Amino acid sequence: MAISAAKKKTAQPAMSRALVRQETIAGYLFLLPSLVFFLGFVIYPMVMCVFTSFFDSTMNRADVFVGLQNYIELFQDSVFLGALRNTLIIVVVSVPITCIFSLWVASAIVNMPSWATSIFRVIFYLPVVTGSVAVTVVWKWMFNNYYGIFNYIGKTMGVLDQNINWLGDSKYALGCIILILLTTSVGQPIVLYVSALGNVDQSLVEAAEVDGATKLQAFWKIKWPQIMPTTLYILVITTINSFQCFALIQLLTSGGPNHATDTIMYYIYYTAFKLYRYGYGNAMGVILALMIALLSAVQFKVTQSD
Amino acid sequence: MKKKVSALLAAGMAASLLVGCGGGAASSSAAPASTAESTTSAAAPAESTEAGQAADITLWTYPIGKWGDSDSVNELLADFNAQYPDIHVTVEYLDYTNGDDQVNTAIEGGSAPDLVMEGPERLVANWGAKGLMVDLSDLWTDEQKADINASVEAACKDSSGAYYEYPLCMTAHCMAINKTVFEAADAMQYVDEENHTWTTENFLKAVQAVYDSGKTDVGAIYCSGQGGDQGTRAIINNMYGGTFTDAAHTKYTADSAENIKAIQALYDQDGINFDASINGGEEITLFRNGTLQMAFCWNIAQQTNSDNGPAGTTNSGDDILFMAFPTDSGDPQLCGGIWGFGIFDNGDENKIAASKTFIDFMANSDETAKAVKTSTYFSVKNSLSDLYKDDEIMSEYQKLMPYLGDYYQVVPGWAEARTAWWNMLQQVGSGADVTTAVNEFCTTANAAASAS
Amino acid sequence: MEATKSTAAAAAQSTKKKKVSPYMVFSTIVIILLAIAFAFPLYWIITGSFKTQVSINATTPEWWPSEWIMTNYGKLFSRQKAPLWEFAVPFSSRFSADGKDIIWWSGPQVPAAIRWLINTVFMAVTSMILTCITSAMAGYALAKKRFVGRSVLFTLIVCAMALPKQVILIPLLREMSGLQLYNTIWAVIFPIVGWPFGVFLMKQFSEGIPGEMLEAARIDGASEATTFTRIALPIIKPGIGALAIFTFINSWNDYFMQLIMLSSTSKLTISLGIAKLQAENSTDYGLIMAGAALAAVPIIIVFLAFQKYFTKGITMGAVKG
Repeated sequence: MAISAAKKKTAQPAMSRALVRQETIAGYLFLLPSLVFFLGFVIYPMVMCVFTSFFDSTMNRADVFVGLQNYIELFQDSVFLGALRNTLIIVVVSVPITCIFSLWVASAIVNMPSWATSIFRVIFYLPVVTGSVAVTVVWKWMFNNYYGIFNYIGKTMGVLDQNINWLGDSKYALGCIILILLTTSVGQPIVLYVSALGNVDQSLVEAAEVDGATKLQAFWKIKWPQIMPTTLYILVITTINSFQCFALIQLLTSGGPNHATDTIMYYIYYTAFKLYRYGYGNAMGVILALMIALLSAVQFKVTQSD
Repeated sequence: MKKKVSALLAAGMAASLLVGCGGGAASSSAAPASTAESTTSAAAPAESTEAGQAADITLWTYPIGKWGDSDSVNELLADFNAQYPDIHVTVEYLDYTNGDDQVNTAIEGGSAPDLVMEGPERLVANWGAKGLMVDLSDLWTDEQKADINASVEAACKDSSGAYYEYPLCMTAHCMAINKTVFEAADAMQYVDEENHTWTTENFLKAVQAVYDSGKTDVGAIYCSGQGGDQGTRAIINNMYGGTFTDAAHTKYTADSAENIKAIQALYDQDGINFDASINGGEEITLFRNGTLQMAFCWNIAQQTNSDNGPAGTTNSGDDILFMAFPTDSGDPQLCGGIWGFGIFDNGDENKIAASKTFIDFMANSDETAKAVKTSTYFSVKNSLSDLYKDDEIMSEYQKLMPYLGDYYQVVPGWAEARTAWWNMLQQVGSGADVTTAVNEFCTTANAAASAS
Repeated sequence: MEATKSTAAAAAQSTKKKKVSPYMVFSTIVIILLAIAFAFPLYWIITGSFKTQVSINATTPEWWPSEWIMTNYGKLFSRQKAPLWEFAVPFSSRFSADGKDIIWWSGPQVPAAIRWLINTVFMAVTSMILTCITSAMAGYALAKKRFVGRSVLFTLIVCAMALPKQVILIPLLREMSGLQLYNTIWAVIFPIVGWPFGVFLMKQFSEGIPGEMLEAARIDGASEATTFTRIALPIIKPGIGALAIFTFINSWNDYFMQLIMLSSTSKLTISLGIAKLQAENSTDYGLIMAGAALAAVPIIIVFLAFQKYFTKGITMGAVKG
């Protein structure tokens, strides 16, 4: 809808010079309040972030220019490389699962009676509204090594023969983080898919089924192209969200055990407020920003080519 | 309608101009800021000399006994304000998990507190070393120096002789066992109950006995991070006589053969888990609720804690016996805790003077006994050594005080070393080679020590 | 749009009712199980907040509290006190006589947890209002005004949108301390308002305003402000609603910025408050769950009450974004 509206834009009639000036002044006046906040609290810090990343900057002493030293050190820092790897694992695992899972749930609930659809939609959205901190503290309890509910269920069902220290074992900790992240990130995609699937023209689907197409074929040929824009949007927001996963890690594992759950976000925080190395932290921020920019550019390209 | 909107727009623009004034450009904000500063600094000396010490100061405390509890602290403040009604103290209560980050963001945010209450590892070795603290030499009069325990004094000053802490209280950290469970497992034979000591060999035998009796979670080397680290260092250092730093407090020596042997022995021992999901506080709760049979994070405040039942018992009523850490030599070196006050240099003479008045009142007056008792620990002053003479548990606990060892927490790079220490324990817990992990710890920690 | 959707759904139901495939039975069962799993943490928070320490630490979980107690809430509310309301006027320390912030109104002492809730609501609502006003104006200008620098600005906005704001935490902290906004709620609000997603969204909505209507208004001699409020605002109103919901949820959950910018007990938000609660009493899960319930229940009630608008807002934001 947006795209079609944008494309329908008619060519602007030629404007007089006075009108242009008036438009420019009015335009900037309308923009001013927003620009103040945008330039002041987004662009200015971003510029400072890039700028400081070339300095050795710490508390209570003047910054020292070090050129690219911070960046060179970053790529020799095994903790940073580990954090980079963990961040990518989180993104690579959670993004596709979120998309597939929410598409499946949405297609299963969209054809239910509308009261059922809306109840399920609400339930799957609950972890999002509950808030990351409240969700995290209850999961910490459920994962508890000694009296958590997961060990109890596992042992009752005979899957586990002894308690697993979920968050304290580097084999499981990252998996636990991803699991919690998933529960808090599928809510929005499900809502979006339910709406997108509801808008698919049913007569086309039925016509295809009459022609002998299987359900799967009908899905791929007719529904999938129509929900493609939604999928792309979901991909983008889920990717950005996964990169930003922080509260979970800070509250559950502090990056441990043995750096198994360090992410770039957490490591920036750690570097800044435990090691007081602001320049180094900013260099990491720049790398993270570049990575996301690159991914967004790729996703943007895909959207455009569609 | 039209009026409304233009009013809205005008308001929006006025607000944004206001923001813009301080917003991006540093140059535009510099002017009002500097005028404000000059007026306050001009006014400050006049006030401090003439009008006494009217000041608003902030005190941030870590949970040091009941100094982390607002009701108790309010009582002390009421006493203080009875004498100094013009000094208004606002208290913030920090915790050991986020407290350091909170102080650090506040420093970076330009809102460091005036007064902070903690130990030399933070006040002297961390913030003091970064030049953020006020030298308190004028509080350390000869009279006070004579009264204060010499090793405490040594810990409160840095290598250049500047005092960044004025101490209030101290204790020895120890460990504790569930005596009832030990008796049932026939493990009390390995414990010298009278003197609260045991040998390393007997300690390991006792753990095995408890493990064999069916209590499979005997003790936990907790290592999720933050707080209670002295317990894990003390058990490891004491077992075979290792040290954490060299005698001059310049480098970390945790990679000695004695320490490696101790870590390996703990790792190999049935019933001792390296648990990266819990911290010191959680270990104590697990010990109290009967999940664990011994706690490495213990001191007199824990022993007298009666939140969940009578002091000195677990939640289910088992007896708790506090113990020195096991040694080969029979001469435990207990980690001390020293707590006192430091002043952040916020550039306001008036507030610094008021903060010193506060310290003087809490640590050097008739109020001191109450202030120390609020901490539930012992006084650093010889003149107050009989503070608890009527208290049976405290007197018994005083048996451990002679074992107080070197206060090595003032070695440089402490904050980073502490994190590296947790990480080392986590590595060992996940099966890494002990020697490699410990060597890595020492490399990281010593790099931090020489960098700062 | 609504109409076509509901008829399509109705048509789908009438055809589906006849045949119930085994797959549908299977998927319905799985969905129900999943729904239980998704609702469980919330259930565990609420029941946990009424449990005794003993039942919480029980190795065999108590699915339903054997004994309901209020002590956890008692502890939560008696821990610390803070004034009910005490918001400083931003930058007022610059202008006040004593160099301190001007306080709007300072209320009676209440439990700190209540204050955290008030702080959070204030923060979320203020962010929401400021974002909606500034974004609606800016989006309208970007879509409908032709002026120099428009495309450059738009590109900047699109680029900035993709970046996680956490990467700028260090410079932002320094900036806030320079502005003497550190440890005030404004330090959390302003970066949210500055976040350009709202402008982008509003621009997309404003594209739908017919140019002829604006032209006609101008010929009638209407001022720019009137044109905006009389013609543009009614058309983009649904978009503003979507943005309001978006901003509200996002600011409510913006734990990171709050963690960096706020430190004193009376300034905390409810998320930070619980995080602090957990740090101080890491194993008193009853108390922590009471805090978590206090944080979660109000917003869930708001969500359930406005559920229809929430889902609509979320979808609309996505369709346009």
